Amino acid sequence: MKVLAAMSGGVDSAVAAARAAEAGHDVTGIHLALSRNPASYRSGARGCCTIEDSNDARRAADVIGIPFYVWDLSERFHADVVEDFMDEYAAGRTPNPCLRCNEKIKFAAVLERGLALGFDAVATGHYAQLRTGSDGLIELHRAVDGGKDQSYVLGVLDQQQLAHSLFPLGDTPKPEVRAEAARRGLLVADKPDSHDICFVADGDNAGWLREKLGERAPNHGGAIVDEAGVELGRHDGTYAYTIGQRKGLRIGTPAPDGEPRFVLDIEPVSGTVTVGPRDRLAVHRLRGIKPRWCGTVPTRLAGSVQLRAHGEELPATVTVDGDQVEVELHAPAYGIAPGQAAVVYDGTRVVGSATIAATEREPA
Amino acid sequence: MRVGWAASRTLVPDMSDPVYLDHAATTPMVPAAVEALTKHLLEVGNPSSLHASGRHARRVVEESRETIAQALNCRPGEVVFTSGGTEADNLAIKGLHWSRVAELGPAPRLISSSVEHHAVLDPLDWLAEGEEAEVRLLAVDATGRVDLDELARLLAERPVSMVSVMWANNEVGTLQPIEEVVALAAEHGVPVHTDAVQAVGAVPVDFAHSGVDALTLTGHKVGGPYGVGALVVRRELELTPLVHGGGQERDIRSGTLDTPAIAGFAAAVELAVKHQADHAARVSALRDELVRGVLAVVPDAVLNGDPVRRLPGNAHFSFPGCEGDSLLMLLDARGIECSTGSACSAGVPQASHVLLAMGRSEADARSSLRFSLGHSSTAADVAALVEAIGPCVERARAAKA
Repeated sequence: MKVLAAMSGGVDSAVAAARAAEAGHDVTGIHLALSRNPASYRSGARGCCTIEDSNDARRAADVIGIPFYVWDLSERFHADVVEDFMDEYAAGRTPNPCLRCNEKIKFAAVLERGLALGFDAVATGHYAQLRTGSDGLIELHRAVDGGKDQSYVLGVLDQQQLAHSLFPLGDTPKPEVRAEAARRGLLVADKPDSHDICFVADGDNAGWLREKLGERAPNHGGAIVDEAGVELGRHDGTYAYTIGQRKGLRIGTPAPDGEPRFVLDIEPVSGTVTVGPRDRLAVHRLRGIKPRWCGTVPTRLAGSVQLRAHGEELPATVTVDGDQVEVELHAPAYGIAPGQAAVVYDGTRVVGSATIAATEREPA
Repeated sequence: MRVGWAASRTLVPDMSDPVYLDHAATTPMVPAAVEALTKHLLEVGNPSSLHASGRHARRVVEESRETIAQALNCRPGEVVFTSGGTEADNLAIKGLHWSRVAELGPAPRLISSSVEHHAVLDPLDWLAEGEEAEVRLLAVDATGRVDLDELARLLAERPVSMVSVMWANNEVGTLQPIEEVVALAAEHGVPVHTDAVQAVGAVPVDFAHSGVDALTLTGHKVGGPYGVGALVVRRELELTPLVHGGGQERDIRSGTLDTPAIAGFAAAVELAVKHQADHAARVSALRDELVRGVLAVVPDAVLNGDPVRRLPGNAHFSFPGCEGDSLLMLLDARGIECSTGSACSAGVPQASHVLLAMGRSEADARSSLRFSLGHSSTAADVAALVEAIGPCVERARAAKA
């Protein structure tokens, strides 16, 4: 197969590319330039936007012995991922840009262009496994290394995308991948993992949003109130908050019971942030929209859901009615924010995903 | 099959013999340059040392300087060796501008063109940002030729430190009207620099006759080594140095001279200039064949630049509906090597400032490829491109749809 290996400059994608080449595929390495001006999104820090990362990817391709190019995806990335990220925060929701990037960029813009240019598949360093099911469909499964499993951020891929994907690392624990990188002479073997959002410097979401949203911010301040509506403090913009957040609320007066308070609700129009005790965050049911299914669309499934990257697997019953997905959690979950993705699993198999539109909590 | 004057094809490293159509980026070293370079690699001697070995090295440097001077029709003392074209351009721009500031007062006007190489544009931006110069970039017409009326107007308005206009454009190959530029600048006593990196060996370049005051050339574009070049600068002109140290080159440029590289550079310049007419005739015939062949296969491709007044080895096209970088990759996979234009350090193709200045859209600019022929190019190279370009364009168009 002719394979495009998306190389971020990190250890995982380098080893994935090396494995694809070793498996006999005709591999071409590409680094995705996601910003025209790499310094405009983030500088100095590690991520997928820096010149150092591009150079690291190029050197890895040299060592593997494959051709290497930089593809400029900056316009698509800005339109489909960065703008979406800003819109979602402005609307009081909490997006996951990595899912959006996989859905719209890595396995869409890149894959489409690759297929048109004569490639058969895109290989990435994601930790997830592909298997062929008894029905002949390609199934997406969790990685062997549970701690590194990234099937959550791939839960947006449909059958067509999965059929043109390769995840060569899914069967290997991370420490072995690092050891293999060192063995292969890849200089990125001991490069630290990236965890943050690649385009936000130092993980400072609120600071980044304050700078970038500007006039688009729905508000530049408002009240922090308790559930009875009593004002406890002020804030500089609702986009800096996410449901379930505990830190950085800057409330002077402690709660009467001395328990910590959490963000329960964000109202972008009025600019009101409501806080309360943890038990008020308990979610029993949630409603998802814009579902993406990996294969056959389920109608009713007793399985599990994962509600954030590296989150726990929560037993749940999922009911699908067209574009509406109802998730009934068998035990309450806490800190669930609209905008996040609910990824549905049947055992280790990813069934699909939906964007959380609303959560149902016990009435006050 | 008729090959180039240097017949140096055998020196191209065997990478399953790519079809190399990127001579404007760098051209293979000619055997005479390799010989001159390697001859001195094992010899000891700093050209600034006073003993016999030093004197020998100095002699090699000075003979090289004389060779280059003869080839370009300048005085040997006017050749200032540098680390290449970028340094020579920087030295010309900053060095000349700063020395003129002493005469003219702070922040005089500096005139250049909007289609210069970044080795000129970036120092200009830097001077402008530091409020050291009022930089004005001449507009160009649709072929990439500078607007002489605008030059006349800009020269007349206020004191001007210098004019810098390239001899030939590195992307689209358009030759600039250097004689007219020099004549206009002379009316106001304004010195002229020209980046002739692409021109030397490709078209006749006569320093004294041209009337320019400073001229940039570099080794690796004429069949010489990388990392060596020169600024030819009139003896009477004062330049403020950029690199301070031993003052080896007329106190304008410091740093121990690279004797072997300079010897190789001189050998290459001598041969390139000597064979310029033959080379231009042979390469332009190949280029015309390339243009005809490409247009026959891709009729809606657009040849950019001046159809006549252009570098003999340059063919620059826009392929409507294609991304230049997709095309480059597809051709590269078939062993055909060309260029999309200037690339930033991260390797992201930027829309060419040259095409934008020529009034083309960003989409046009991003759909462009440059094929540049040189002394080792053959009819087989052209045939290989003509055979490959059709399917590659078709595929690149599908990828953009």
